[in-house]
Amino acid sequence: MPRAALPRAGSALPRAGSALPWALVTPALGWTLLFFVLPFIAMGFSSLTAHEGGGFTASNYSQFFTNPSYWQAMVNSLQVTAIVTVISVLLAYPFAWILAEQVPERWQRLALMLAVLPFWTSYVVRSYSWLLVLAQNGVVNRALTGSGLFSEPLQLANTRFATVTGFVHFFVMLLTLTIFANLKQLSPSYHKAAADLGAGPVRTFLHVVLPLTLPGIMVGAFLTFVLCIGDYITPQILGGNNELLMPQLVMMQIGRRGDFPLASALSIILMAVVTSAYLACARWLKIERA
Amino acid sequence: MSHTASNPLSILKTRLRTAAAAAALLLSTSAQAADLNALIWCDHADPALLQPFEEANGVKVNIKEFEGTGAGLAIVEQSQPGDWDVMVIDSIDVPRGVEKGLFEPLPEDKLPLADLFPQVKMDSSTVVGGKRYGITEKFGYNTIGYNKTKVDPADMQSMAALTGDKYKGKVAIYDYYLPVIGMAALAIGKKTADLTEADLPALKDELLKMKANAKLVGEVTASQTALATGEVDILVGGGEWVTAGLAKENPALDFSVPKEGAILWSQSLAMFKDSKNKDMALKFIQYIMSPEGQARLATSSCYWGMPANTKAALTDDQKKVLRFDEQPGFLARAQAYPAPNADLDKKMQDMWTEMLQAK
Repeated sequence: MPRAALPRAGSALPRAGSALPWALVTPALGWTLLFFVLPFIAMGFSSLTAHEGGGFTASNYSQFFTNPSYWQAMVNSLQVTAIVTVISVLLAYPFAWILAEQVPERWQRLALMLAVLPFWTSYVVRSYSWLLVLAQNGVVNRALTGSGLFSEPLQLANTRFATVTGFVHFFVMLLTLTIFANLKQLSPSYHKAAADLGAGPVRTFLHVVLPLTLPGIMVGAFLTFVLCIGDYITPQILGGNNELLMPQLVMMQIGRRGDFPLASALSIILMAVVTSAYLACARWLKIERA
Repeated sequence: MSHTASNPLSILKTRLRTAAAAAALLLSTSAQAADLNALIWCDHADPALLQPFEEANGVKVNIKEFEGTGAGLAIVEQSQPGDWDVMVIDSIDVPRGVEKGLFEPLPEDKLPLADLFPQVKMDSSTVVGGKRYGITEKFGYNTIGYNKTKVDPADMQSMAALTGDKYKGKVAIYDYYLPVIGMAALAIGKKTADLTEADLPALKDELLKMKANAKLVGEVTASQTALATGEVDILVGGGEWVTAGLAKENPALDFSVPKEGAILWSQSLAMFKDSKNKDMALKFIQYIMSPEGQARLATSSCYWGMPANTKAALTDDQKKVLRFDEQPGFLARAQAYPAPNADLDKKMQDMWTEMLQAK
């Protein structure tokens, strides 16, 4: 930016000590305080309260670390989330690349709309639809047995495979959007400069395009991680309760017993895992390019 | 378009006024004394059940569905006193509401108690300190639901079939720990009323055997869908609440009460102590307990179940599907839900969690 175009101090920008910045930021701060900070404090307080009697206790947290079934729920959640994130990235990147690089500009809007079409259906309906598709008498098993590939139907529904399938179907769309946006921001001059320096298409992709689109991948992957690890509907409908994930374990505490303190503690532990994941990949979670 | 109308400030003011008026109208509507606010299970949301009452009494029934007593009581705790008039609750959990000081004693002389199946009155739960706080409105069995064209009905007369090899991979388990633990208790020859912590290891073994045979452990919709679509042929914990509603579309679905017995589920209606509309709340309870209300509730679109009132105005076909005439025999062999204290309840739920996580 030319120096002359920079706003002069004291002209366009508000002066130091002015109340305007605070006035502008107050609604967002108020919103965050009201709907995140205060509920979070309440949840933290609840997590340190005994279900019966209401006294102070850390047992809600210690239960998680001493009960193997609870611990297993976290392991299951992390495994499923990691599998879903990796598969979704591997499927979404080529898809987004084809949309951004191979599909003519005038068709891109339509192609994107078609790509996100599954978002238009209810999440619950989509999960139940997958259940019917993967069922013993569903489309997939009929095709497999009908073609003679298998003599008996496979158990696809009510398994971790079904949960992963339902998740991937949803998150590939989400990742495609974030990676597509990143690819479109990439100036064509990067390709030209790489070609000028003698790089072929594969080398250009590996050493120029991929590193520059890494922030888009990481943002999408992080969103996938956060949404996947906290999701209750998909594993509940498609997993057949053959293994429990953390959100299901949290919901179990509420159903009949109304054990909100334990549910709060488990939710906070889940949140700590998400925060750790954010910190681990924070350096890549930048939209701007250096 | 006039200048005034196109001025953004004027538009904003007009819209704010409209919004304020709409909000005021909404508030006044929600505060109408004629409304009845009911915390319910999904079977009470059927318009075929509610509309006749609303029309007859000129009242709007506002409903809020919930699943699980804990979730229901949490809604009440987060509400203002007087927000709710009536509640549907597991009969065995009526004392929990009474302990919290939520419920109003019901006038026994104004309710058709004499017409109820005697075994489902559940006075040990619905009567506390000599006062009736709940009245059983619907009941049924957590037992063995099955597809009679896929399994041998004779096998379904014993719970041993649930853990044997013959139907391995053809079984689903209803995902509610109390009734299925109750079934496991019956399978090992224990009475549900006598269960203690010492029984947990044996119960866990039985549950793990069931899980080893099961394809899935599902809540109401999932287990119903699994049985109806042929994903499984047997539902542990199933009963008329799964098979009766699907009888027209799938007459092959049936249930048995095996020789070991079955677990009796029972839901009650209670009135809130702080209700601002107690007369209407009582009328609602009387309507639900009337022969007509009972027939509509029993055949609700969400799930069918046996009406507690023996005089329910069911058609012959409906009675046949519900196996109305066999009830005396079923009831004689049924045992109530396990009603553990808070500590044992927690241990039972943890045992259930362990069973779910078992490979």
